[in-house]
Amino acid sequence: MEAFRQTQGGAASRGGATDMQGPSPARRLFDKLLSLRWVLLAVIIVSGFIYIPIVENFRVSMTNRDIFTGEVSNVGLANYQRLLDDPVVWRALLNNTFYALISIVFQVFCAFILAAIIEGLRSRRARNFWRAVYFIPSAISTTVTGLLFYFIYQPDVGLMDAALSFLGLEQFSHPWLALESTAIFGIIAMSQWQGFGYSTLLFSIAIQKIPRELYDAATMDGAGPVRQLFSITFPMAREMSGLMIIVTITGAFQVFNEVMVMTGGGPSNSSQVLGTWLYQQAFILNDFGYGAAIAAIIFAVTMLTGIAQVWYTRKRRVQL
Amino acid sequence: MTMPAPASQAAPANIWSTLARAVLLGFLLCLGILVIYPLLWMALSGFKTNSQIFSAPFDLPTGFSWANYVAAWNQGVRSFLFSSIVVTAASAACTVLISAWTAYGLTRTRMPAKPVITALILGGMMLSPTVALIPLVRMMQSIGLYNTHWALIILYTAFRIPFTTFLIRAYMLELPSDLDEAARMDGASDGQIFWRIMLPLCRPIIVSSVILHILFAWNEYLFAMIFTSDLDVQTLPVGLTSLMAKHGTNYAQVFAAMTISALPIVILFFLMQRYFIRGLTEGIGK
Repeated sequence: MEAFRQTQGGAASRGGATDMQGPSPARRLFDKLLSLRWVLLAVIIVSGFIYIPIVENFRVSMTNRDIFTGEVSNVGLANYQRLLDDPVVWRALLNNTFYALISIVFQVFCAFILAAIIEGLRSRRARNFWRAVYFIPSAISTTVTGLLFYFIYQPDVGLMDAALSFLGLEQFSHPWLALESTAIFGIIAMSQWQGFGYSTLLFSIAIQKIPRELYDAATMDGAGPVRQLFSITFPMAREMSGLMIIVTITGAFQVFNEVMVMTGGGPSNSSQVLGTWLYQQAFILNDFGYGAAIAAIIFAVTMLTGIAQVWYTRKRRVQL
Repeated sequence: MTMPAPASQAAPANIWSTLARAVLLGFLLCLGILVIYPLLWMALSGFKTNSQIFSAPFDLPTGFSWANYVAAWNQGVRSFLFSSIVVTAASAACTVLISAWTAYGLTRTRMPAKPVITALILGGMMLSPTVALIPLVRMMQSIGLYNTHWALIILYTAFRIPFTTFLIRAYMLELPSDLDEAARMDGASDGQIFWRIMLPLCRPIIVSSVILHILFAWNEYLFAMIFTSDLDVQTLPVGLTSLMAKHGTNYAQVFAAMTISALPIVILFFLMQRYFIRGLTEGIGK
């Protein structure tokens, strides 16, 4: 966001060169308007396929369509009233919140520590190697990893129970995704497995941007690696963690794929998240009005985190 | 960015630091196995027979028979792969070209209301596809693009323009404007400056943007699932779930299909890692 100011400054200084040739004011105005052609296509596409549909979503959320007659009627805030009385919406909100909290632990705090460990390795090749290895699952489609863990969690063939019995922990053996109490956590665990390498990579990049001299000075003062970790790396990259927390929350409230692929929200809606409940209502039960009201919750949460992100970026001068 | 080696310290400290390093390395190794083993298991299970998967999940396959891979390929993976390539390539080209074009306008021209337009385009990054989903379905149905590759190409382009413009714009802001100003003095038009000077200069970030876009489009599931219903338009992520629904009991074949779908993107990541990381670095900012 800070770069906005740079743009304006840059444009003004460039303007000086052409001004000297002194075209007429009408010609200049024409040129200015003509230069809008550069952004016209992007503005049309972004407005038409992002902004207008999102506004439209609010209109849809105030309507109901009769399933039998197909007639659409305005119902005001009735769909929003329904949200409050729908226990699955509350369950979904809770699941999204679990998703956010657990992801913050693993994909922000643990990833940060892991990145610090990797960046502390002496060999450049070793650093590149570990970053790449941990990143691999993030490059793969969530459908693939979701199906893979669906198999891993299977009681008869799955690696999970096989691993538990190998470790002598058979008593913890579970049909992980088939139980109401564990389904959502099985999904969240897969998501951590898949995603931690990505945030580790982002933290690695942030740590690489810390000025080298700080470490040299600390070494001169006799500070060991652990001391340097706590007094240089952590404070310097802390801004990045704040931003990562915000981004992680945003992601946790948009989650859809892995739940859809692994459980479809079941058993008995215990692993529904907002995204899958929206899908269920709008596209399976054809209740577009209610689906749009669920979408409005996702909009509200992501809008809040979005504002937080802009505010944080301005304050701390970091971007993501 | 190595942390300085504690080699210069006294001997006892040396023992501890060697030990600490061994522990750290052991930890990294265990974590690495935890990440890689499931993926290896997936690829190897594709070579097994179904009964082997059930009876001995940990064992290596007895022979490398490609039967499951061939069967998966003929059961629809070939068509899914084709759809994925078409949608990914077309949307990558559209997204990057339009974004570079837009970024040029936002950094090199004196257009009116620039801050507002910049905020409008980049602001799209913060909006979730899920929120626009229901109106988009009706829109695509009414313009007759539902269940076509076009629907996905258009949506992937629209939802990636904000981020890609953000990346390329940041790169263009860093580029000194001497070259394009000199060209302008020599009478070059904006179009010539864009195609002949800016685009070549922005090659690194263009490549990074293409890679990040491929990673997104190849793996996208929500739009692909909602906007396609026929097998011959479905992309890999959706096709896999269709395959799973149809041949769910033939585990070995599904594993083979999953491996075929994951392999191209993993290979691409390793080949283009440098550009990929540059894209992320640019995305994080200064």
